[in-house]
Amino acid sequence: MSEPLVFELGRSGRLAGAQVPEAGAAVDLPPEMLRDSRPQLPEVSELDAVRHYTRLSQRNFSIDTQFYPLGSCTMKYNPRGCNTYAMLPGFLQRHPLAPEDVSQGFLACMYELQRMLCRVTGMTAFSLTPMAGAQGELSGVAMIRAYHLDRGDTERTEILVPDAAHGTNPATAVKCGFAVRELPTAADGDLDIDALRRLAGPRTAGIMLTNPSTLGLFERRIQEVRDIIHGAGGLLYYDGANLNAILGKVLPGDMGFDVIHINLHKTFSTPHGGGGPGSGAVGVGERLEPFLPTPFVGIGADGYRWVDAADHPKSIGRLSAFMGNAGVLLRAYIYMRMLGRRGMERVADYAVLNANYVMARLAAAGFDLAYPERRACHEFVVTLKRQAREHGLTAINLAKALLDRGFHAPTTYFPLLVPECLLIEPTETESKETLDRFVDAMADILAEAQVDPERCKQAPVTMPVRRLDEVRAARKPDLRYRP
Amino acid sequence: MSDIPENLKYTRDHEWIAETDDGTAVVGITDHAQEALGDLVFVELPEMHRDVETGDVCAVVESVKAASDVYSPVAGNIAEVNLALDESPELVNADPYGEGWLFRMTPASPADLEELLDAQAYERVLAEMDD
Amino acid sequence: MPFIPHTGADTDAMLKTIGVAGIDELFEEIPGDLRLESLEGIPDAMTESEVGRLMRRRAARDEMALNFLGAGAYEHHIPAAVWELTTRGEFYSAYTPYQAEASQGTLQVIYEYQTMMASLTGLDVSNASHYDGASALAEAVLMAVRCNRRSTSRRVLVPRALHPHYRAVLETITSTQGVDLVDLPYDPAGGHTDTGALDDHAGEDVTAVVIPQPNVFGVLEPVDTMTDWAADNGALAVGVVNPMALGLLKPPGEWGREGAAIACGEGQPLGVPLSSGGPYFGFLTCRQALVRQLPGRLVGRTVDVDGKPGFTLTLQAREQHIRRSRATSNICTNQGLMVTAATIYMSLVGPVGLRRVAALCHARTAALAAGTQSIGGVSVAFASPHFHEVVLRLPVSGNEVLERLRAQGILGGADLGRWYPELGDAVLVCATETRTGQDIHRYVEALGSAIGGIGDGP
Repeated sequence: MSEPLVFELGRSGRLAGAQVPEAGAAVDLPPEMLRDSRPQLPEVSELDAVRHYTRLSQRNFSIDTQFYPLGSCTMKYNPRGCNTYAMLPGFLQRHPLAPEDVSQGFLACMYELQRMLCRVTGMTAFSLTPMAGAQGELSGVAMIRAYHLDRGDTERTEILVPDAAHGTNPATAVKCGFAVRELPTAADGDLDIDALRRLAGPRTAGIMLTNPSTLGLFERRIQEVRDIIHGAGGLLYYDGANLNAILGKVLPGDMGFDVIHINLHKTFSTPHGGGGPGSGAVGVGERLEPFLPTPFVGIGADGYRWVDAADHPKSIGRLSAFMGNAGVLLRAYIYMRMLGRRGMERVADYAVLNANYVMARLAAAGFDLAYPERRACHEFVVTLKRQAREHGLTAINLAKALLDRGFHAPTTYFPLLVPECLLIEPTETESKETLDRFVDAMADILAEAQVDPERCKQAPVTMPVRRLDEVRAARKPDLRYRP
Repeated sequence: MSDIPENLKYTRDHEWIAETDDGTAVVGITDHAQEALGDLVFVELPEMHRDVETGDVCAVVESVKAASDVYSPVAGNIAEVNLALDESPELVNADPYGEGWLFRMTPASPADLEELLDAQAYERVLAEMDD
Repeated sequence: MPFIPHTGADTDAMLKTIGVAGIDELFEEIPGDLRLESLEGIPDAMTESEVGRLMRRRAARDEMALNFLGAGAYEHHIPAAVWELTTRGEFYSAYTPYQAEASQGTLQVIYEYQTMMASLTGLDVSNASHYDGASALAEAVLMAVRCNRRSTSRRVLVPRALHPHYRAVLETITSTQGVDLVDLPYDPAGGHTDTGALDDHAGEDVTAVVIPQPNVFGVLEPVDTMTDWAADNGALAVGVVNPMALGLLKPPGEWGREGAAIACGEGQPLGVPLSSGGPYFGFLTCRQALVRQLPGRLVGRTVDVDGKPGFTLTLQAREQHIRRSRATSNICTNQGLMVTAATIYMSLVGPVGLRRVAALCHARTAALAAGTQSIGGVSVAFASPHFHEVVLRLPVSGNEVLERLRAQGILGGADLGRWYPELGDAVLVCATETRTGQDIHRYVEALGSAIGGIGDGP
């Protein structure tokens, strides 16, 4: 059954009376500045609105209701306590420009968060202001640019990016004014070191890497990569998308990275919220400290204080109107305090255990691994190339069939270099029983496709809608309701 | 098996080009390319009268899940674009060598067309990709 | 182990299935000399109860009794239902709606949001939101540069009366793209952008003009004149607007003869708490003809294989996960949860409520400004129409006055001295619909005694 649009529920003249002030406030503004047209907002009662949005919520999958083995997204449990304590009135009501003398409680949390993030990455300073991973990347690459320019080195116009990288990497490099040189992946899943040697040189500003890579593989020759890039005068950028796999096991700083962003909504479990807000805190080693985006929190004689552009003249500048997604940062802070040192070390242990367990069981159930000779990190790649050819079981068909069995689909068709691929990341917060049920569902779909190849092409059949006509949506975009 | 007309020239990037009697040449994407992309939802066409070099990106064809650059097969000047594609990008799927043409250009040197692949050579390119 | 469900027996069974003796073996591909023994410098774990006590203490420490500070973040009433619904797990812990069939709730919310924002700004289409108002402005300016094919200069006129933090973000994000930001001065008497200064640029190649409404001083800009100037000079008009003000004020799509091409702004006033500056959301809307250059996610309505209506992300080929280095923007995320809150907020207040809230904000600020005129030496800096903020000139240091007000639990406004030293001792003060007549009376009293106290010396 469809849920009507909120506009269709409304009736002219209806009002959520408790939420609306009485009419009659005097408006002494010039008439030509005022609005004649009435905005297209719904006219519903409070109960109408509550029912409508409750029903819409029930038309979603979510971590709280389903298992999300969604590779590269780290969909772990978002502890409720993190939400409750980040939404205390004192935090919600705090104005972003409230002076430091009435902000020590909040600033203490932010300062300690910066320090903990330094500890888990091996960096020397952190700025929490980037509002998502892509903005963290932008600030990281902008710092690399500022570093070279500050040294008077204007010849470094290229950023190296592996072909398996997340799309934001090349998009960010271009947005920062660089040309992108794509690095091929070798047959064993590691970076093609010979190609790297050929491409690195006096034009190389830096390299953007995730490690483990988007293939779920640890880059075993990372120290060679570091020597080649640093030898060429470039810097190493760490995309923290996959930090969950190595938390407490190895520090990006020890691997030779000069700058890193962390997706706090992945490793530190802040909610994805149906597509945001995220947070892309950015950390640097000593060389890049002068360029860190502002503001960040420092310590002065009177306690915690904001370090702003005036104190940090070489900064790449400001990225948000205020200081970033503070509420997200509080959630990450609370999560880290609840995990503590031992808890953080165990994150990678059990994320990697779960991934390798699901990988082993799926291989036994007849699925093909893209890199069967490699150890999985927190995620791994399955290719359905064979099943697609033999039974029409493509990645998208399998994804949709999983929805019918109550599981969110894994990431499909990414990384781009593996055909018909599924990128599967179970995370450490899932129990063995959940993983077993998932593997059973996968095996069931495979068995069904072997007997009746048409079935999976029809899926999903139990969702609020079946497969949508995306071609029609794109050719004649209907982006707003018109009565 | 995709359609590869004998009378056209091809590139390894799956463009076709056809000389016409008035000295201009018409450019489109091959049947194989439209098949691989799936239903097109948008075609970004080049600016009129723009000079292009061989291999310049001069159009983009978009499906729901992919966007592919179209490269100029030869150097020249853009003489006309297929405005019908603004409203009906599906013409490229339905008739890639006819109503689904992308643009018409005046080649800087007509001899350049001779350097391109003929139908047999392009067929071999497709066969290699399958391996 | 917090949030890890494995029993010892589970772990043993799983290791056996994998075929290794211990978890450590799973990390054997990491070079040995890089492996950590343990994490240093991270405190021991706290239970939820312990961390709750810590957070309550810290939150309470920052609480203020009364707030008259705005300057880009505004305290409005938020109906209880807004966050009760928004923090339902099905919204809160859902992923980006790439699997459309399993995300119809989020997708429909965004479609409703797009409809509301497009209409509120008087334009044709809205995207699914950006990080915040300042970053939305940066994306809007980059979009204008892509859209204005007639202009090659990448020169963008930016009023000095735009919020200085917005200006700073614009600088950070557009500087690597060769965008040339040129200041437009404000009229020292009126506090609005000096339209005479615009004419100094007539005949130049100008790509876009940024038009804030209201500007950082709370002053209403001559938006019709500025929009028409842009149209006459081949530039695109980019409105930066307060969405709450649009309950009352003419929307960007109706400015001047043709309307602004693009509008953006900070969505926080629509149901999002102050919360130290984020998460908020930026909105971005535009004319239909520019939609393919609109960055960020978009939701469209379509039908499924049975012809049943449904929603899906669309025009994704513009985005980084497909276009990679040639995408319209590197941005991947939208502020989905904040958009959910804003959509519920707008549904609850409706068109009538939004207008009344806006009108009441305006009236409260007018009452506040009038009240302060009884204090010797205090004057309203700009004799122009305002929305819900006003600049007060003081006879003594603004910074000191604000400090004395804080001692009484009042956040008294923003000291403009550090942003606009030419204004001398001046504070920017805001009263929204949540400030009562009694609150305003208390503010006026406190301001008077603070000024008197400073005048009398320590």
